[in-house]
Amino acid sequence: MNMKDFIKDLDFSRKSSTVVFLIAILVLIGAFIWWLNIPFIEDIFTNGTIMLIMVLGFQLFMGNSGILNWSYVGYVGIGAFASAIFSMTPALKALQIPTMYPFLISLHLPFPLALIAGALVAMIVAALVAWPLMRLSDSVGAITQFALLIVINVLLSQWSQVTNGPRTFTLGGTRLTSFWLVLGVAVLVIILVYCYKESSLGLKLRATRDDRYAARSSGINFVAVRYVAYVASAGIGGLAGGLYSHYILSITAASFYLNELFLLLSMLVIGGSMSVSGAFFGTLLVTLLRQGLRQVELFLYKTGFEASGSAEIVVAIILIAFLIWRPNGITGGRELTWQSIKRMLPIASEKKDPISNNLKKEEKA
Amino acid sequence: MNAQIFFEFAINVLSMGSLYALIALGLVFVFGICKLINFAYGEFITVGAYVLYFLGVFTSLPWPLVFLIGILSSVAVGYLSELVAFRPFRGRSLDALLVTSFAVSVILQRLFQLGISPRSKAVPVPAFFNMNIELFGLTTPLRNLLIIAITVVLLLILTVIMKYTVLGVAMRGASENFVTARLMGVPANLVISVAFIISGFLAGVVAIFWTARTGSAEPLMGMSPLLIGFIAVVIGGMHSLPGAVVGGYVYALIANILSLTLPTSLLSFRDAVMFAIVIAFLVLKPEGLLRGNYQEERVG
Repeated sequence: MNMKDFIKDLDFSRKSSTVVFLIAILVLIGAFIWWLNIPFIEDIFTNGTIMLIMVLGFQLFMGNSGILNWSYVGYVGIGAFASAIFSMTPALKALQIPTMYPFLISLHLPFPLALIAGALVAMIVAALVAWPLMRLSDSVGAITQFALLIVINVLLSQWSQVTNGPRTFTLGGTRLTSFWLVLGVAVLVIILVYCYKESSLGLKLRATRDDRYAARSSGINFVAVRYVAYVASAGIGGLAGGLYSHYILSITAASFYLNELFLLLSMLVIGGSMSVSGAFFGTLLVTLLRQGLRQVELFLYKTGFEASGSAEIVVAIILIAFLIWRPNGITGGRELTWQSIKRMLPIASEKKDPISNNLKKEEKA
Repeated sequence: MNAQIFFEFAINVLSMGSLYALIALGLVFVFGICKLINFAYGEFITVGAYVLYFLGVFTSLPWPLVFLIGILSSVAVGYLSELVAFRPFRGRSLDALLVTSFAVSVILQRLFQLGISPRSKAVPVPAFFNMNIELFGLTTPLRNLLIIAITVVLLLILTVIMKYTVLGVAMRGASENFVTARLMGVPANLVISVAFIISGFLAGVVAIFWTARTGSAEPLMGMSPLLIGFIAVVIGGMHSLPGAVVGGYVYALIANILSLTLPTSLLSFRDAVMFAIVIAFLVLKPEGLLRGNYQEERVG
């Protein structure tokens, strides 16, 4: 990618308006919630923003390549465990996870570096395994990614010397992931994912998604283009995993398996997997929906009716409904831009549309 | 002594392999025609298991009737899920179908957790299932021999149906090339519904023998047969029915050999090894052991 050309291409009013809008919405919501100063809502926002980072990383590969990337949530898990191992002090690790390999116990990095190291570990794992898998598309590709998720999950849940095995991995200490850190990382990731999508690499990947044969005959190297996006996606997933583990403070391999994947998948598909705005609004919508349903569940529980898990049923039904009637999600696979907002406002569109304006003038005359 | 170990190993592989072959066959029937990897297939089995539990605990129906109703309920769930969730996706993208089957699976699991219980329920098993049989100087429960016999009978019946009936020929035609089959007058809805019904039927049979081995039913029990089915289908070849059967037996063979040879400290990683084999197959030999009619596009 030629950086100079890319920057020249950034037409502020048209292309990058998406980034500005998404960041503005996120920061405004964040600032408002900070001002409200209610811990319960701050907790929901921080969790939701961590999910947003995960969904954005998910979108980076899956949305642009069209390959159902089941293994993604495995990289989130790798990042979560790896960054926790880096950030915990040796004494704490020896206390919490006595079975751990001695050389892992002796590792120690300050928290920000540990987060980056966790993301790097996820990227290295992805880089090592992904090359041959990138040749596969369609159902074969989906099964391969699924099989990879299971391999990662078995390793995370059984490797007692690294992840404490099937037992809970407790980080101990204080909560290092803060409200503003998560918000800042989310802003950076929005910029990164959007710039990737608009870059020449992203364009090539989207071309392989839209027409395999045309893309190939235009000289696009499928495997290489997919590989870069896959590894980058794993890196963002790993970063989000690190933020997650330092926020929740106790994790198990089961937290990074099919339930979590289903949530990410429904957020991305309901929003519209082909655009960054889709990932953003899908996360927003599903988070609000789930929190609302959880309140209903709690209310029902108080009245003596066990309803836990009904939120997932509702999300799943909405997901199927979207796939049937609006398969490209609420955004329809488009980005939120200044133009699309103007189109939604009736006054602005009148000015913009010369033919209908002329017609109206003639009518008046 | 050695012969005895060999026979024990052989019976284990054959009985497990028969069960796995039925699981894989149920998956591949749907995959062959719709090109859908049905994630909800495991829940078809769970439904059968729960019906066995309810009928076995709360009624005193004779066993053949219990089994029949169990199988029929799996068939019903298979057919209904096709009608409600999968039919709107005719001619749409493969990923949409795949995500839908995942969502159907989540819905059914949560319904079991909400409606029945998140904890496992003990499923009664008829006494003759666990009756010990002397064979070649070793004892084995009758159910191990029963599953082998039933699998042989089912495979024969399915072979006759697929080879000599109009419906079978239509289904084979549809799985080879759906568009051409439709042009020849094969009704799409009928063929796809029958595929789901056969898939549900096999799930019902699997439910009987799966619960006979584990002795319980729980909301998430569908996961392990589903994973086994995946592996067997990939190894055998995703586009051929005989391939699925071969894959089932090969999986049982590999799993048994790994259980015997892996040291106990590594035994918990067995699934990782199995799925690494799956990935290797998909990358190096995507058509599986038995080559079917491999094609990229999906229609329907």
